[in-house]
Amino acid sequence: MRIVANYKHYKELNEEIFQAVQAGVAELTLEDVNGQRFIADCLKGKLNIDIYGTPGNDLGMFMDGPTVTVFGNAQDGVGNTMSSGKIIIHGDGRDILGHSMRGGKIFVRGDVGYRVGIHMKTYKSNVPIIVAGGRAGDFLGEYMAGGMIIVLGIHNRAKKAEILGDWIATGQHGGAIYVRGNVDDSKLGNGASQFPLTSDDEIAVKKVLKEYCHVFGLDLESLLDSEFTKIAPLSHRPYAALYTCE
Amino acid sequence: MCSILGIVNENGKLFSAKYIIEGITLMNERCNGLGGGFAAYGLYPEYKDYYALHILLKDVELKDQVAEMLKDYVNIYKDEEIETRNVERIPQDYTPWRFFVDVPERYTNDADNYIIDLAMKINNTGGALVISSGKNMGVFKAIGYPDEVAKLYKLENYKAYMWLAHGRYPTNTRGWWGGAHPFSILDNSIVHNGEITSYGTNKRFLESYGYKCSYFTDSEVLAYLWDLLVRRHKLPIEVASEVLAPPFWEQIERMPPEKRRIVEALRMTYGPAMVNGPFSIVIANGSGLTGVAGNGTMVGLSDRIKLRPLICARKDETTFMASEESAIKAVCRNPDNVWAPRAGEPTVAMVNGDV
Amino acid sequence: MEMYSSVPEFRVIIDRQACRLCKRCIENCSFGALEWRDNKVKAFDDRCVACQRCVSMCPEDAIALRRTPSAMSAHPIWTENARRDVFTQSRTGAILLASTGNELHERVIFDNLLLDACQVTNPAIDPLREPIELRTYIGRKPRFVELEELDDSLKLKTELSPALRLEIPIMIAQMSYGAISLEAHEALARAAVMRGTTMGSGEGGLHKKLYPYADHIIVQVASGRFGVHPAYLEAGAAVEIKIGQGAKPGIGGHLPGTKITEEISEARMIPVGADAISPAPHHDIYSIEDLAQLVNSLKEATRYKKPVLVKIAAVHNVAAISSGICRAGADAIVIDGFRAGTGATPKVIRDNVGIPIELALASVDQRLREEGIRNETSIIASGTIRNSGDVAKAIALGADAVKIGTAALIALGCTVCKRCYTGKCAWGIATQDPRLRSRLDPVEGAQHVSNLLLAWSIELKEILGAAGINSIESLRGNRDRLRGYGLDHTMLEILGVQPAGS
Repeated sequence: MRIVANYKHYKELNEEIFQAVQAGVAELTLEDVNGQRFIADCLKGKLNIDIYGTPGNDLGMFMDGPTVTVFGNAQDGVGNTMSSGKIIIHGDGRDILGHSMRGGKIFVRGDVGYRVGIHMKTYKSNVPIIVAGGRAGDFLGEYMAGGMIIVLGIHNRAKKAEILGDWIATGQHGGAIYVRGNVDDSKLGNGASQFPLTSDDEIAVKKVLKEYCHVFGLDLESLLDSEFTKIAPLSHRPYAALYTCE
Repeated sequence: MCSILGIVNENGKLFSAKYIIEGITLMNERCNGLGGGFAAYGLYPEYKDYYALHILLKDVELKDQVAEMLKDYVNIYKDEEIETRNVERIPQDYTPWRFFVDVPERYTNDADNYIIDLAMKINNTGGALVISSGKNMGVFKAIGYPDEVAKLYKLENYKAYMWLAHGRYPTNTRGWWGGAHPFSILDNSIVHNGEITSYGTNKRFLESYGYKCSYFTDSEVLAYLWDLLVRRHKLPIEVASEVLAPPFWEQIERMPPEKRRIVEALRMTYGPAMVNGPFSIVIANGSGLTGVAGNGTMVGLSDRIKLRPLICARKDETTFMASEESAIKAVCRNPDNVWAPRAGEPTVAMVNGDV
Repeated sequence: MEMYSSVPEFRVIIDRQACRLCKRCIENCSFGALEWRDNKVKAFDDRCVACQRCVSMCPEDAIALRRTPSAMSAHPIWTENARRDVFTQSRTGAILLASTGNELHERVIFDNLLLDACQVTNPAIDPLREPIELRTYIGRKPRFVELEELDDSLKLKTELSPALRLEIPIMIAQMSYGAISLEAHEALARAAVMRGTTMGSGEGGLHKKLYPYADHIIVQVASGRFGVHPAYLEAGAAVEIKIGQGAKPGIGGHLPGTKITEEISEARMIPVGADAISPAPHHDIYSIEDLAQLVNSLKEATRYKKPVLVKIAAVHNVAAISSGICRAGADAIVIDGFRAGTGATPKVIRDNVGIPIELALASVDQRLREEGIRNETSIIASGTIRNSGDVAKAIALGADAVKIGTAALIALGCTVCKRCYTGKCAWGIATQDPRLRSRLDPVEGAQHVSNLLLAWSIELKEILGAAGINSIESLRGNRDRLRGYGLDHTMLEILGVQPAGS
């Protein structure tokens, strides 16, 4: 089913989507989307939504199952507190992408902004995954409590631009960040450290990247041409000595 | 929460208000109807040698009083009511008036400061507010959503080479005409999204340089800081941006030696001018400043840990800066380039053409 | 001396069942309140100052101290203290000596000031994860920075005055070697190094053992000029001229000859056993222009490489005086409020002279701003900074940094028994007795002071983060983030603070 968003207010657009999903539509194409917020908010089950244009903030918030593909850039807050499903962005993602994400995948072809993957966490069998094809801004994986973030720096590396911002993984106490190439220790925030990849890590990264390459039509082997750096927490309780009593 | 948008044609070509209105309106979700406003540069080419004072009069009868006061200080070349139409949701609290003035010859050496002093004097009278005072530019603002304010001022009749727009969601102060953005001092105008946690420190710092903060809003403080740093202390735009959103000491320590010396000196000297808390701003600067080269600039800047959004785009000779990408896409479907500037890193668009 | 009341202030209670007669308490009591009589520990309650040394050293927890309930008839004006003081002076004809700070005025304005925090309209910053900066530069800053473009790159044209770099806006106050022990001095210096801040030498010179820490020591030049010589001035991180101190504004000092040991003699550069007298004024400063002369001579002496600070007591006209000090070239002004501590001062001065630091600080900051010279000097506030809340409030009122004295000594073990002037400090702090001094381990003491500074720093970051501020300079003078609670209109006006709820 095709919906032309044009200048519709998000309430109107999301109501149309909701009605379509209620009626059993499983394939949706949204055209001329520009700034409409909360698309796919809290949608559940098997469902494909293709979006042309620039969807507004909080795309896929609380989402549990659907696959959303954006042919363009997204705005802030993609996949906020999402439970499962997949969000594919063919352009750039912005700030707080994957905030408090509990499961599912977010694949971004380009760069991502600040505080990406902030407070993402695993729960039972849910393991959230974010892959950024370009660079990531400051505070990547802040408070990260679980899941996996991969930063590839594909076009940035070619331009010799830095692929990470500062204070990476500050306050991290779970999960892991994999960065293609070397990472200077000065980039890391409190509580995180660099570790060599175990063979389990390698298998897990390769598995995710295989899917990522399939989605974007990239060559897996050329992404695996260089070593990855793993950033993981030093402790699951980094603040144990911080408090005292009267 | 607020919405901001700036559009500039770098060759100084005039374009209609329609674009800025469409773009800012798309972000109405970010404001609550308690303030909207626009700044336009290149408005009055036929009067471009005169300071254009846009003044809000609490009562139309105050006009003569203000004119009398002005006559004591400046020559009034022309004055007229700024045309408005009735807009249902906007209370008619003020009557906007414009005066084109110039400074008596014996003061021309320090004309800019002279005009600032005059504006502050008028603001202190109570009933009249100078909302802009630069040359060949003007500010239009009121209570209401930005599209309503545009309608109020019949903005569709104006053309400019550089536009700023703002939709307000007041936090610390009530919604009133004077509290709407842009804030303007001489040729600098500023639109701002965020809430400054360092307001008291910034304000007291400015006071010791002779500024009087009378609007009680963050944006006024930002406009004065920019005026102090760029116009009075002659700091390059990149450096002034580094004062407002300085790098952290640990980042400074990793800089090359001379750069480090400069940034340390800036932080030590201008520590109280650091703007803390979340902000993204777009600052427009016209061509009319005494002693400032170039025909104007537009600068976009966000706070140093990026707590407010800012997206920039370019298409041919036009640069856009906005809170949301969608606002840009609303007026420019296929930009050549769209990017998110890094925290604390200014994006500067220069106007090179004749204006 | 005969006692005013036959009832001593404290009662030493010894649990005879628990006591195993080890005599450790007797060895530890430096005030002679415990003696070995008839095969048991006997307490002389009238000599006890409640310093807690015996209590903490008893291996069996067999000693407790109790405040004796008063048996005197009560009177609201003629308090027991008032009566005791009159009695004592009537029998001696002497000045009443006191230690620590003001006991007459209990009110601390800091407690009536409330800090702000963010809710909704802007985010609180999480100090545990995101950077929050406390670094502070003490010194004169230019009015503006000039840059020039050379070979396509910017160069700094403005020359900055020398400044003290502090990693935290908390400094350790000036306490002299002589007033406190060498071990205490060393512990404070080590702590200053550990936390990237400074301690003050006090006015008694610097023992050679302290020289390795001197780049974290502000060397003081007071009216007695004890131990002031080229090597001393060259060694310090900065030089501080002491005009006065909050516990005794306008009053000189007197370290009795009995305390001038061999080592103190060497540090102070005076003969062993000779009284060390600090005159009330500097006899080369009888007016403000003379201060400028001393400031300049010290800058000349240190080749313009070190900031020169001037410390004054918060007296009535503190704002105007500070303006003069700033214009005399001082890179920082230290203002010591009327609750500030001391080793010895006339009680009447301690309790009655000067004004509270909160009001002094607010009016000095305001005055310098009105004159457009606030950037030209730093303001350091001291006089009962008791916790990180006080630090934050002082900075919000306008201080660049604060100094702590009593709090640092408490970290070393001081229990505020208020008997510093006796030289019998049982904790090895305010004493020169080698036996007592050995009780204070400088390394362990430094760790305690360092811990205190660390804890306050983390708390300061919490306070800043809650207020949505990620650098201390944005709290400085930010009185908008303070509200007054239970303060009258005049006081609010002087503080430049709105009442809570407005």
